[in-house]
Amino acid sequence: MAHAHRNHPTYWAFFIHRVSGVALALFLPLHLYVLGLALAESTAFADFISWSNTPGLKTLETGLVVFLTAHLTGGLRLLALEFLDWRSGQKSLVALSGGISLCLGLVFLLNAY
Amino acid sequence: METDQLSVSIWRGGDGGAYQTYQVPRLESQTVLDVVTYIQREIDPSLSYRFACRVGVCGSCAMTVNGKARWTCRTHVSRVAENGALTLNPLRNLPVVKDLVVDMAVFFDKWEKAMGAFVGDKTRDQALAAVSPSDPKRKEASAGIECIGCGICYATCDVVDWNKDYLGPAAMNRSWTLINDERDVARIPRLQAIAGDNGCLGCHSQQGCVERCPKSLNPTGAIAGLKRHTMKAALKGELT
Ligand code: HEM
Ligand code: SF4
Ligand code: SF4
Ligand code: FES
Repeated sequence: MAHAHRNHPTYWAFFIHRVSGVALALFLPLHLYVLGLALAESTAFADFISWSNTPGLKTLETGLVVFLTAHLTGGLRLLALEFLDWRSGQKSLVALSGGISLCLGLVFLLNAY
Repeated sequence: METDQLSVSIWRGGDGGAYQTYQVPRLESQTVLDVVTYIQREIDPSLSYRFACRVGVCGSCAMTVNGKARWTCRTHVSRVAENGALTLNPLRNLPVVKDLVVDMAVFFDKWEKAMGAFVGDKTRDQALAAVSPSDPKRKEASAGIECIGCGICYATCDVVDWNKDYLGPAAMNRSWTLINDERDVARIPRLQAIAGDNGCLGCHSQQGCVERCPKSLNPTGAIAGLKRHTMKAALKGELT
């Protein structure tokens, strides 16, 4: 109850935005490093790809895709809120951004298997 | 769940205080303010709380009710009691004087810092300004001036909690009404006062203020408007 004041959709959207922002900041250097391995034509890249081809990692990747789209759609929502005229239905926009993220995650998951 | 008794836990004494629990008879159409008044009059006269108008005009009766800031004179017990119980705390983010009374000085000092006072350049001998009620700027101002200064948004805002110098939603809502007042001549100094992390740029648009404002105002929208004005003025080099 100490944080009852936070229990509303736009607060949860803020929370997801922060967590996903930090996750992206941690993930991107790793991502670029692995892409760098491919350029270096070493076997390390192929090793990494076969290692990452396991169900557990694919599930983790799905989580990353959801985070990335959540950050993207949530970020666009915030930019629209701040730069365009105010529109009512902010909670619907949060739901829309969440829905798009989950759909894209599902598309990724279906393609991964 | 309707019971004939209400169990009310109230935070007593300020920072080093503790909860004290009272049994209060449940009445029809009872407000949270009625409950607190009953306790003070019938059980414990040392209980401190604030109110004045009892009808949602003065903004002095705000408290934390079951974890959320509310105006207690217009909050019915039936809407907020959980299993026949209420927990009352003073407003968050403000220094406690005693029991349910907080010191609102910081809150109103920040209105001053946000240049919340009108600055005109006309004298009483000049003609009155003609402002059309349908003017979009006038509509923005008309919405914002309904603020009753209750501090509920301020108590709800996490940025206020994280940065004690953050001006907060109400002060910036006030500033926004003056930016939209076409008689006001202090637009640039006002934008300078609210630009930056302690002002509109500190807001993360969480909208807790919008969620809780008892007058259904939109401080987040006001702050977004200030962000746009700040950006435009900064691009024109007006803020340096
Ligand atoms: C895909 C396009 C992106 C958009 C549209 C976007 C948009 C935004 C916006 C508007 C904010 C401000 C949120 C606020 O005021 O609370 C923000 C915060 C942030 N972003 Fe992004 N972003 C994007 C990509 C990224 C990427 C790739 C990273 C990782 C490197 C990232 C990391 C962060 C972090 C750490 C924050 C701070 C979160 C916070 O203060 O709560 N963002 N983003
Ligand atoms: S929208 Fe901004 S001012 Fe309102 S509660 Fe959130 S951070 Fe505070
Ligand atoms: S903006 Fe709303 S919540 Fe904030 S002080 Fe004014 S009336 Fe109260
Ligand atoms: S007592 Fe005046 S607003 Fe509640």
